[in-house]
Amino acid sequence: MDIYLPIAGQSVNALFMVLLGFLVGILSGMFGVGGGFLTTPLLIFYGIPPTVAVASATTQITGASVSGVMSHMRRGGVDLKMGGVMIVGGLFGSLVGVIVFRLLQATGQIDLVIGALYVIILAWIGGLMLKDALVALGYVKAPTTQKPTTRHNRWVASLPLRWRFYSSGLYVSPLAPLALGFVAGMLTVFLGIGGGFILVPAMIYLLGMPARIVIGTSLIMVLAVSAATTMVHSLTTRSVDIVLAGLLLLGGVVGAQYGAMLTTRVKPDLMRLALAIIILLVALRMAVGLAWRPDEVYSIEYL
Amino acid sequence: MSRVRTSLLLLAFAPLLIGADKPVLVPDISARKVEIRYSFTGAQLLLFGAVVFPGGRPPSHPSDIVVVLRGPVQPILVREKQKIAGIWMNADQDRFRSAPSFYSVASSRPIPDLVDDRTAAIYEMGLHNLQLSPGGGALPEKERRFEAGLLDLRKRRGLFAESPRGVEISDSVLYRATISIPSQVPVGTYTAETFLIDRGKVVAAATRDIQIDKSGFERFVALAARRHEGLYGLAAVLLSLGMGWAAAAFFRRRM
Repeated sequence: MDIYLPIAGQSVNALFMVLLGFLVGILSGMFGVGGGFLTTPLLIFYGIPPTVAVASATTQITGASVSGVMSHMRRGGVDLKMGGVMIVGGLFGSLVGVIVFRLLQATGQIDLVIGALYVIILAWIGGLMLKDALVALGYVKAPTTQKPTTRHNRWVASLPLRWRFYSSGLYVSPLAPLALGFVAGMLTVFLGIGGGFILVPAMIYLLGMPARIVIGTSLIMVLAVSAATTMVHSLTTRSVDIVLAGLLLLGGVVGAQYGAMLTTRVKPDLMRLALAIIILLVALRMAVGLAWRPDEVYSIEYL
Repeated sequence: MSRVRTSLLLLAFAPLLIGADKPVLVPDISARKVEIRYSFTGAQLLLFGAVVFPGGRPPSHPSDIVVVLRGPVQPILVREKQKIAGIWMNADQDRFRSAPSFYSVASSRPIPDLVDDRTAAIYEMGLHNLQLSPGGGALPEKERRFEAGLLDLRKRRGLFAESPRGVEISDSVLYRATISIPSQVPVGTYTAETFLIDRGKVVAAATRDIQIDKSGFERFVALAARRHEGLYGLAAVLLSLGMGWAAAAFFRRRM
């Protein structure tokens, strides 16, 4: 069943897009990530123009995170103050991101930057998660020379101007979550990812937030920043394809529900292992894409 | 309907045509307007017509027909990737001021057999005779490389095509050619040119315009994205929020 995408300017298989949205939705429901890190590369492999893929994946992330935010809010698993600070950082990040995006587009290196960032970030996060999961599952012995863990990261603790975040039980400078939000906002614009899979480990390891609150807070940040980024993309690059986004959402929102149901049935450490492997596979595919001779040595830009 | 119109036209002009000493082409297209709708996966255009010879008698030797369908011309920048430090990155670029967004040529015999290089270049017959107007005073060798890259890229997308035996001529008078348009075709005014070639010379030529445009919902979306960016973005955000909320509400009630 083929359907024509008015902004991408080509026809795609509608069932394939709904299915893609569904699979990514399952992941986002299970792991509390937006799933953009999978949608964008897969759309690009399918042949959707990269800017349209990035912008439309952003729209899908918003939808996929809604139900997560709702359920975490009910459980009280959201630190609104912390989330608010990160959202402010994220909005600035997405604005700065758009400016840098345009500059890179003009020099023609945007594809390279997108590819390289994907490889670096996914390999790094995937590696960390894989190690954690293997340790937790007992396949690998945890390093015995464990330093006495400090509550906060040393750099974070040295920042001035401390605020009290009651829900998280933290007394840290708001500059740290602000910077974190800024980075996530920039990445949302660049890579069409919500940044959830960066925010979650960063909030745990850098800020020292309790795990109970991390996912909900990261989701609300992802929701706000991806919605804002959709707006920014519509106003500047004009590459949000509402039909493509709708197809992805159709599968995505349903998949997210099933994903959330699955979390209660599968061992969390096994899930972390699975996610780590998926992330590393995507990173590997992108790395191969950078080093291998591409199918298209030439590319066309309209003036 | 257009067939009827063509034959009427033919009849009306017949007395004039018979008196002329040059053959005349009467071309037509299966559709004057191609509408891109939600189910658009590309289209097949039939370019057909008749040759009216002076005196109504076709010459003893067969003539040839070349049909060219071309899309609107755009200025483009072509980038070339090179392997630098183990990574493929854009390293070089060249500008073309007048690259057609779509170009498909069909002929009754391979073009090199029909006309000499000069004539082919004048009428832009064949992919290698396109006037792309490269800009920037690059070396001819580099320009050729980029031109080849551009042709290859568009050929693989189905936007450039050559079909050396794609025109069928029956009884030396009627001709027909099928040209397919892929779904990622750009919108705009296309021109269909028909050339009648006799012993290496273009003896008659005719052009027709075709409109390719998005219609209905697709047109509405494309226009909204361009003219009302703010509202369009807002609609996209509301759509995603609404669908996410609806799914959550639906599943909660069910469980």
